[in-house]
Amino acid sequence: MPLLRIEGVAKSFGNFRAVDKLSLDIRAGEFFALLGPSGCGKTTLLRMLAGFETPDEGRILLGGSDIAQVLPHERPVNMMFQNYALFPHLSVRDNIAFGLKRAGMARKDIAIRVAEMVALVKLEGMEKRKPDQLSGGQRQRVALARSLARRPQVLLLDEPLAALDKKLRESTQGELMELQRRLGMTFIIVTHDQEEAMTMAGRIGVMDAGRLVQVATPRNLYEAPASRWIAEFVGDINLFNGEVAARDHGRLTVKTTEAGTLAVSELWPPVTKQVVSVAIRPEKVKLSRRAPATDAGASQAINRLEGVVIDVNYLGGVTSYRVKLETGAVVRSSMANTARLDVDAYLAGQRVVAWFTADDCLVLEQ
Amino acid sequence: MSARRIFARPARLAAIAPYLWMVLFFLVPFGFVLKISLSQTAIAQPPYTPVFDFTEGRAALAAAFAQLSFDNFRLLISDNLYILSYLRSLVVAVTSTLILLLIGYPIAYGMARLPQRWQGVAMMLVIVPFWTSFLIRIYAWINILQHDGLLNQILLALHIVSAPVVWLSTDSAMYLGIVYSYLPFMILPLYATLSKLDASLLEAAGDLGASPLQAFWLVTFPLSLPGVGAGALLCFIPVVGEFVIPDLLAGSNSLMIGQTLWLEFFTNKDWPVASAAAVALLLLLVPPLVLYDRLQRRQLAANR
Repeated sequence: MPLLRIEGVAKSFGNFRAVDKLSLDIRAGEFFALLGPSGCGKTTLLRMLAGFETPDEGRILLGGSDIAQVLPHERPVNMMFQNYALFPHLSVRDNIAFGLKRAGMARKDIAIRVAEMVALVKLEGMEKRKPDQLSGGQRQRVALARSLARRPQVLLLDEPLAALDKKLRESTQGELMELQRRLGMTFIIVTHDQEEAMTMAGRIGVMDAGRLVQVATPRNLYEAPASRWIAEFVGDINLFNGEVAARDHGRLTVKTTEAGTLAVSELWPPVTKQVVSVAIRPEKVKLSRRAPATDAGASQAINRLEGVVIDVNYLGGVTSYRVKLETGAVVRSSMANTARLDVDAYLAGQRVVAWFTADDCLVLEQ
Repeated sequence: MSARRIFARPARLAAIAPYLWMVLFFLVPFGFVLKISLSQTAIAQPPYTPVFDFTEGRAALAAAFAQLSFDNFRLLISDNLYILSYLRSLVVAVTSTLILLLIGYPIAYGMARLPQRWQGVAMMLVIVPFWTSFLIRIYAWINILQHDGLLNQILLALHIVSAPVVWLSTDSAMYLGIVYSYLPFMILPLYATLSKLDASLLEAAGDLGASPLQAFWLVTFPLSLPGVGAGALLCFIPVVGEFVIPDLLAGSNSLMIGQTLWLEFFTNKDWPVASAAAVALLLLLVPPLVLYDRLQRRQLAANR
């Protein structure tokens, strides 16, 4: 039995179906991310878990009992709000103690727990400050400490890092993961930032139009997206539309209009449709001046596309290239800058061969 | 001339304008009143002495200045009439403010929680009475409350009372008039603070185990205190000096300071005592104003 089971939950606002018969199991101690574009229903789902919205149908089982209709203040679940929602008239200490006082904890125990929480988020010495006397990062920590203080069975985090700048966001991601591991608590985070979800979560649920379209580990989500939409939503990808021309021992030959005939390894479950897209991530497209060695001796088929570099973007760790093929289609490639000197760099206007193996390709149905 | 100077001059003028206004329309008239309050009554035109005449030379002016005294203020303290008037004004103002708060807060709270498009309508409903003259509205109340007025007729028709009840010329009628007239001044600042309140704070309170009632007392109410202060002050200060409502709706057995002032000025033609009473009233209102200003400042500092 999972800690949290969401069963056929649906919620509409007027005619807008925000969450559409969604089911999901979340295990105890898991770091789960709900990822999706804005308006996909991820925040509504989170708010139903917190109790701020009531599902129109379906059940939400926490430890076996249905909490779908339980009021927020009676749920063993806490939420960290996107804007932190710190009480401006209360000090850091009183903000953290707020939930403990409501739980009727003894004064002495509250003091101990607050001190513990303050230490946990490294805010020693700030206890008496009001929220407006804190920096954005410190406010974020107070919000975290406040939501953790009651030791909820599940901690819900609504875009917890959205208000922080990039550097702070990255270090806080690490701290959140560390904290979650140390406390063994179940975290459910809502984010629109796929990098954030990939970095922190053990599993990611991708939502679109109120439905879960894929639940997978970050690696599977990236390397084996379930649909063309997910492939495009998570990371960058080159897509070539075509038709399956031949099928032979797990190897497909796809005739594309833009990139000629491509050899692709077939994934499980096999594609059933004739019209498909071949997808290849830019970092799996290599560039070279001459075509690489023939297939003889190579364990798998290699696809080669000849073209001209039209765009070079140096990004520090990687350089991304855009290569225009003879058909007019553009292939993106990103190559790691493994050497300091640019011996391997290509220049705009240069003729190159963009190549990738059959195993690196994905076949996606439309 | 640099661009900065060109822009600096109108900006500086704009900064001076409010002070200029205050000097012209508050400080200068207040100076007149203060001077009259230190003068003596006279059967003359104007009805007080001395009169400063700037054409008679410096010696005459000094002599006139020497005639000023605090006699009128001594009278205010020694005569029960004035002290009782002040006390009654304070009692009426405090009581009215509390009633206004008790009625205004729930209304403002309800308005702030209405769907956005209804909030404007509610606001209009609060403001609409202002379109009718204040005096006409008070006279309407006289009509409603008088012996054979609407209220008694309804009560009689419904057999709730067997004989007409005396409503008019009672303290109840006066409080009714004050609460009715000043309610918008209580509602509007309260509504302004309550509608700005971040709804996620209440969700956070609920999330942390506070029942809706606890959330109200622990979050909404403390955060609405600036609005409570502003509303209370906007009602308290004018009610202290209120003249029309007690004069038309209350009985004549005890007077508010506004009425006493009016009597001194128009019936007794004693301008100096009336002025002294006015100055004393102003001084009386300074402490709550200072207190409010200090609270406001603290709030601003906290919100920074």
